[in-house]
Amino acid sequence: MANQKGMHAEQLGGRTQQRFFSAEESDNFVYPDSFEVDFGKSAEIDAGPLDARAINLRIRELMSQGYGTIVMKNPGAKHGIGVGILNRLRLDIEGSLGYFGVGLIDGPNIRIRGRVGWSCAENMMAGTVVVEKNAGSTFGAALRGGDLVCIGDVGARTGIDMKGGTIIVGGRAGAFCGFMMQRGRMVILGDAGMNLGDSMYDGTIYVGGKIAGLGVDAVPAQMTALDVAWLKRKLKLYGLSAPRGVEKMTRIVAGKQLWNYDNLEPAEKKIVL
Amino acid sequence: MCGIAGLIHRGKGGEIGRELTAMLQSLKHRGPDSTGFALYGKPQGEALVMRFKVAEQAEMDHGFDIHEKVSARRRQVDGRLAELGAQLLEQDAVTEYAFRYRFSYDGDRRKLADYIEDIDGAEILSIGHSLELVKDLGDAARVAGQYQLGTFDGSHALGHTRMATESDVDIRSAHPYWAYPFADVAVVHNGQLTNYWGGRRALERRGHRFVSNCDSELIAVYLADRIQGGETLESAMKTSIEELDGVFTYVVATADSLGMAKDVMAAKPMVLYESEDFIALASEEVAIRSIFPHEIETFDPYEGDVRVWHC
Repeated sequence: MANQKGMHAEQLGGRTQQRFFSAEESDNFVYPDSFEVDFGKSAEIDAGPLDARAINLRIRELMSQGYGTIVMKNPGAKHGIGVGILNRLRLDIEGSLGYFGVGLIDGPNIRIRGRVGWSCAENMMAGTVVVEKNAGSTFGAALRGGDLVCIGDVGARTGIDMKGGTIIVGGRAGAFCGFMMQRGRMVILGDAGMNLGDSMYDGTIYVGGKIAGLGVDAVPAQMTALDVAWLKRKLKLYGLSAPRGVEKMTRIVAGKQLWNYDNLEPAEKKIVL
Repeated sequence: MCGIAGLIHRGKGGEIGRELTAMLQSLKHRGPDSTGFALYGKPQGEALVMRFKVAEQAEMDHGFDIHEKVSARRRQVDGRLAELGAQLLEQDAVTEYAFRYRFSYDGDRRKLADYIEDIDGAEILSIGHSLELVKDLGDAARVAGQYQLGTFDGSHALGHTRMATESDVDIRSAHPYWAYPFADVAVVHNGQLTNYWGGRRALERRGHRFVSNCDSELIAVYLADRIQGGETLESAMKTSIEELDGVFTYVVATADSLGMAKDVMAAKPMVLYESEDFIALASEEVAIRSIFPHEIETFDPYEGDVRVWHC
């Protein structure tokens, strides 16, 4: 059922981004609120008459009963819907979400047929989220893993403080995207706003359109064959393409000239200064 | 945090009181301290509508002689209007301390406003041919009920739910702000202006008065001043993006237009719904959903965006 709804089945290599000191601990790790679910078992939620807490409790209740595919109708742009899902799940939301939608998730595949408000998928750890329309600001803030896709435009500060994973934007992006980015990749197929990648520590931003301006320490870099291959593979997964071809996209990385981006310990710094 | 909202019916009017109440009530979580409405009804000839108060709501709960004072202040307003030659057509005592007067007056509007506000405790909330500005403590449902706004029909409106952060919880600090002394201009704003005092002093040197220390009032007076100088609303708003410093999103209305502007950092939210005959905008989509239960197309304006719609 989920595949019929256009949800792909990319393997994301692990349920969680957490790292453990021993293999045994890693193998045996289970979230206290995660559930074994069957994708073939599906259910529907009418979110219209429910508040956010009741909606999230209903999702948890269905997952605890083994439902692996959930279709949510009438979300009504309510805030904080679909948060804290810590297991695999196919969640199809037929409408728009408000602020902080599907945040703190680790593993589900979510498709949102409408628009999302600020801070969608904040702190997402694994899984996929596809937004079919536009997204507000701070889309994918502090993203740690997984794929976060917006087919339309995104607001300012998308990917602020992102620490991993991939953000793909089909349209244009607002100002200060990738601010203090630390790891991961951001792909903007349209134009990017001013101060792109400001104070980024690491990670890579690809832009298909015009860039209004680069932020402090963000610099253009050479596109490599590996970049091109990765972009083609990733965009294909979501049925997207770069308007002028991925080869002509601009690659932005950290210049690594920030004062604290050297190898000196504080004591050594004192000697140098 | 604060929440702002606006709507405009193009071509024909609608139930703007009911619609804006629903939108603002759904933004209550952004600011429960006070709620304000700027509603644009059908102009009735050259007559002016004045909304004013002669005391704060909180004052009515204490003081030995506040009720006598309020009556005396109202009598003073009546006397000064007559003295200036204003012909009173209607008067409603909406609450014990807030009033709606409709009168004809072709004199100097600034002089009239100054003379009324010279009365202790008196503050004009708005003067206009179609604008009626109502604000009070509490959420949208409470204020709309208190002032019977649910049946207000008109062409466009804007409103505000306030979370008091840097000034008192009182009507004087509540939004929207009327652009004294210009008829029919009102503003709501979410954000902070960092060059407020410089801008205010410049406008005060040009003879404008401010009733509050709120930066939102500066936007209202700034825009009205530029419009009076010959600029269009859109042009004045575009200049404001360059001259006002800080993070802000504001909504402004004149007698026949509604506009929104967002600063170049785009740090404050705004969601828009636009169709052939109706536009709604708010800090959060959930406010627009309160009047559209079915799925609709919405979008976020970008940094530095200025948009204006006409009735």
